[in-house]
Amino acid sequence: MTIAGHIAGYFTYWATIFVAMAGLYIVIARGNLIKKLVGLGIFQTSVYLLYVAPGKLIGGTAPIVAPEFQVYSNPLPHVLILTAIVVGVATLALGLALVVRIREAYGSIEEDEILDQDEPPVSPDTASRQA
Amino acid sequence: MISQHFPILQVVLPLIAAPVIILLRNGRAAWLLATTVSWVSLIIALALLEQVSAGGVISYAIGSWPPPWGIEYRIDQVNAFLLVLVSLIAAVVSVYSRASVDAELPREQHYLFYAMFALCLAGLLGIAATGDAFNLFVFLEISSLSSYVLIALGRDRRALMAAYQYLVMGTIGATFYIIGVGLLYLMTGTLNMADMAHRLSGVAEVKPVLAALAFITVGICLKLALFPLHLWLPNAYAYAPSAVTAFLAATATKVSVYVLLRFYFSVFGASAIFLALPMGQILLVLSLAAMFIASTVAIFQSDIKRMFAYSSVAQIGYITLGISFDSATGLTAGIVHLFNHALTKGALFMLLGCFALRLGRVSFSDIGGIARVMPVTAFGIVLGGLSLIGVPGTVGFVSKWYLVLAALESGQWWIALAIVLSSLLAVVYVWRFVEVAYFHQPDAKLAKLKEARLEMLVPAWLMIAACIYFGLDAELTVSGAAQAAATLLQGVR
Amino acid sequence: MKDYLVLRVIAKMMIAFMLLFAFYVQFHGDFGPGGGFQAGVIAAAAIVFYAIIYGLPAARAVVPDRLVETMIALGVLLYAGVGVAGLLLGGNYLDYFVLHANPVEGQHRGIFWVEAGVLITVAGVMLKIFYMFAAKADNTEDGA
Repeated sequence: MTIAGHIAGYFTYWATIFVAMAGLYIVIARGNLIKKLVGLGIFQTSVYLLYVAPGKLIGGTAPIVAPEFQVYSNPLPHVLILTAIVVGVATLALGLALVVRIREAYGSIEEDEILDQDEPPVSPDTASRQA
Repeated sequence: MISQHFPILQVVLPLIAAPVIILLRNGRAAWLLATTVSWVSLIIALALLEQVSAGGVISYAIGSWPPPWGIEYRIDQVNAFLLVLVSLIAAVVSVYSRASVDAELPREQHYLFYAMFALCLAGLLGIAATGDAFNLFVFLEISSLSSYVLIALGRDRRALMAAYQYLVMGTIGATFYIIGVGLLYLMTGTLNMADMAHRLSGVAEVKPVLAALAFITVGICLKLALFPLHLWLPNAYAYAPSAVTAFLAATATKVSVYVLLRFYFSVFGASAIFLALPMGQILLVLSLAAMFIASTVAIFQSDIKRMFAYSSVAQIGYITLGISFDSATGLTAGIVHLFNHALTKGALFMLLGCFALRLGRVSFSDIGGIARVMPVTAFGIVLGGLSLIGVPGTVGFVSKWYLVLAALESGQWWIALAIVLSSLLAVVYVWRFVEVAYFHQPDAKLAKLKEARLEMLVPAWLMIAACIYFGLDAELTVSGAAQAAATLLQGVR
Repeated sequence: MKDYLVLRVIAKMMIAFMLLFAFYVQFHGDFGPGGGFQAGVIAAAAIVFYAIIYGLPAARAVVPDRLVETMIALGVLLYAGVGVAGLLLGGNYLDYFVLHANPVEGQHRGIFWVEAGVLITVAGVMLKIFYMFAAKADNTEDGA
């Protein structure tokens, strides 16, 4: 199969991978605690796509049994992802609440500034942070 | 009969306790309820272990929807053993937590602490009890979210940052896990783990399944703090309230190890897929790295809680080392160490909490000569330390003995040597404590301190006593672990 | 925003319909898209709207903090209670079939109360989050 055919044939998977990597990149590359949480949210969103997209059958209807329909979409992924969305919201809310508390305690939401503040002048465990 | 509902009651009782505690809004009543629920959980777990030993695997269909369509709770030798471990630690820690929480948290947060404790317990028990891969994810997140809150309750402001870092790493881990489960669901069309294992043997196209195995491994290893993925652990353990550290150190990572075992042996084990990736070798290398590097880092810590946190990373290495042998002896060693290490670390962190109660923080510079002021606590830590090293007569010896046996059995004598060598590193960091606590003169401030409260010492010493008892008479733990290992390996052959 | 007459009047008219819509989404969940999650968020949004127009203290007078916290716990208990009811009536946990002599009717009854629990908890959690963050914003209005 050609590369173009590959991308078209597995479009939802490529989209999933792109969204996942974009989110993960933000989490790793950004020092701002809020931006990290945004990245985390994007990363989790990729999972929703991974589950929901294969559940849809083209031409399929909602799985309410009726004589005039033969093809039904799978409802289970939607239910699972509804749960995952709730978990994601809970994580985000808790993360933001922590950031608010961190800002109250440190006066900053930049990771490097916060870590600098906690670096005691004489500290043997500076080395261990890299470990 | 109520006993047929034990698998669900095990999980639901602490889950119901949490909102009731919120309604009570009273610290004392909350403690009483959380403690009662923990002890009832322990009784249920023991009854379940009894039922499983007598009658084999218990399957419980939630909502009477038969598996694999409904969610199934499936209790066998392995998770019955784990349920006992988690609820035992919860029961002991809950008794201990009253005095510790009184000292470390503001009054208005007490009932929230116990609500989160009950939720965390429910989550951990749920992970162990469920036979459904997605349900496992939900419980994983319930326990994780509540543990982030528990860690953030620490007095030090660094607890906030530790909780944040754990939240980010933990969420990435859980998301990796759920991606893996998603791929498995796409390939097999089922979420029931037993059914999944059955159908995986018939899956012809293996690439997505291999990807699923990789995702689940990385995700769960983040949660269990396997060596290069352990970065969240030292800070989280060091700055959390003492009772939380004791509870999480003894249970959270252990439950994650169980998830790994469950997927490796019960889900993937039945198919040839497991052999396509060099999982054993990867685990072996990372375990050895954990044993040596984390132990070395532990030696250079100034904060004692952090030191024992790094030691936890090293000890998790021993557990995964046992798994990596992929043999009955190796698995038995891993599972025995899982139990033994939970006892040892639980006891150690509880005793450190006694120091924290009197001193605020526990760094080496503060505790010079503390053995003269708080002899009972200090001696307990020394005994726990001996168990970490693996001195004969303690549980640490039993697990290392079986690890060495497994290494020799697989014909890799140099691994046996590595186990002994890395134990020497444990000698160094435990000796550091002994030297500071016993051979320094207490300063004036320290000399005025009293021994910790009895209600904290008794639970902690109970665990130390268990460390010695199961070290002298290993029959119960080893036979339990051997049965669990046999159950796991049954799926493979 | 208490001074804008148009906003105040429109808000007063809208809030009733928002709550009504929340209940429509809740009870129509049996037959179409909807259910406790969505309804809970919509109901909470009505209160949040009220708080934005009339100020946080006014909203707190209508739905006090104590009530919000109780809602969070009560909804979960209602959900768990349905499960326990299944146990007591001789089924497994969360068994809806035994809730009524007719199993189909039992499923209806079970999901009705479960969704009611979800509605209460979701609305409570949303309000709790809003109250906590809004209270922070009030305190740090000059600094942040």
